[in-house]
Amino acid sequence: MNKIQRQYLANLASKNVRIDKRKTEDFRKIEIEKNPIENAEGSARVRLGKTDVLVGVKMGIGEPFSDRPNEGVLMTGAEFSPLAHPDFEKGPPREDAIELARVVDRGIRESGAIDMKKLCIKKDEKVWMVFVDIQIINHDGNMIDAAALAAITALCNTKLPVYNKKTDMIEYGKKSATKLPVSYKPVAVTFAKIGDTFLVDPNIEEEDVMGARLTVTTKDNGNICALQKGGSEAFSIDEIKTMLDVSIKKGKEIRKMI
Amino acid sequence: MASLTKSLKCSKEAKMKRPNNRKPTEFRPLTVVAGVVPNADGSAMVKLGKTTAIASVYGPRSVYPKWKRKADRAIVNCTYSMVPFSTDERCRPGPSRRSTEISKVIGDALLPSIFVEEYPKTMIDIYIVVIQAHSGTRTVGINAASVALADAGISMRDIVSSVAAGKIDNTYVLDLEGKEEDASKCDIPIAYMPRKKKITLLQMDGDLSAKDVIEIINLARKGCEQIHEKQKEALIKRWGI
Repeated sequence: MNKIQRQYLANLASKNVRIDKRKTEDFRKIEIEKNPIENAEGSARVRLGKTDVLVGVKMGIGEPFSDRPNEGVLMTGAEFSPLAHPDFEKGPPREDAIELARVVDRGIRESGAIDMKKLCIKKDEKVWMVFVDIQIINHDGNMIDAAALAAITALCNTKLPVYNKKTDMIEYGKKSATKLPVSYKPVAVTFAKIGDTFLVDPNIEEEDVMGARLTVTTKDNGNICALQKGGSEAFSIDEIKTMLDVSIKKGKEIRKMI
Repeated sequence: MASLTKSLKCSKEAKMKRPNNRKPTEFRPLTVVAGVVPNADGSAMVKLGKTTAIASVYGPRSVYPKWKRKADRAIVNCTYSMVPFSTDERCRPGPSRRSTEISKVIGDALLPSIFVEEYPKTMIDIYIVVIQAHSGTRTVGINAASVALADAGISMRDIVSSVAAGKIDNTYVLDLEGKEEDASKCDIPIAYMPRKKKITLLQMDGDLSAKDVIEIINLARKGCEQIHEKQKEALIKRWGI
């Protein structure tokens, strides 16, 4: 981005105006498509303006971690496919993709969204594994919020596949009536700091000029379950307080859409 | 036309039942949408039955790494991948031997349709992501990629259409699906430029006489011609006045 554009955006931000005429606390239009992929145990596609994220949940059976012998396993991965943006390159996930996956993972894990103890088949030996895979279809800023929203929506719509105890095999294709035990819906809200202004749901231009970024994940009861700061600038404690309040309010609005 | 009537006749004898009561010469319900990835120079989504692929095209753009560039033409890079949740059992993300091969044959299937000599010292990147897999991912990928290339405004000789065909019992069958793949004596995916009447991709696994192979290819060509119409419709819908 060139200097003039950069200054223009910074100027706008200082007047609390945004390039797409949104208010500072406004999200772009959120569209949620539930279970677009039949082959996945659960899936969701979330469009946040032009940002487009597809999340699928697959279930498998594996060994539990030795420190949690009676709990299921959650794994979250993200792929920034070169399909989605001219600057994305192929190859294994880079640090930004890993960061995104870990922020989404933390929101789900720390909020206790999935009742992991219910995913135990046989203690110490067999548990359900939950694979959450995030695929970016189009990147136009704020992939974290879109991915987190798609992930929790997909999990809420996940049905376990049929597990045949005799053959010890999963019969994929047949879905049981059992839903994945999801008890909370964590929602991520990301702020971009440009100058002294904080913008909710930054688009790609705003992300380019922002000095810092904070993602706040909130739970149904208003608790905070994950935080992630990014960027070179810093926040004051008052700024953080404001962002937490806004994210709780925004989280409530968005949670209704899941 | 001879092959079409022939295969119809065969089907009456065999009276085999296909998923969704399809006729042997019928492919699954097809949806083609152009322009689904706003960031890309050209893009398309193709859905054939359950199988769904998104393709996006970036370029012609400058070549990286630089030593790869050709003074007289564009280079075309094609990458095919499947998302982990596209299959019944989760497939590992990242390139595999299978996806590497398919990337190559798809690139080779599209290359004859592109006027690469019009874009010297550049590269054209094609990315195909299969978001749901249920037989025929490579052919669906080719259909999407070719529409995406046209959507990007790249000079082309023709739009490439692609479909697979095989033979079950004594019937020639278009667009094998699921269990039919195991029942079929062979699986022949082709890519075809209907206007040029040229075949740009041909693969086969199976055990069959030469006569049968020709019949199957002809059946697939007929299928490609119908798919070609759908691809044109999608482009007209996006760009037509």
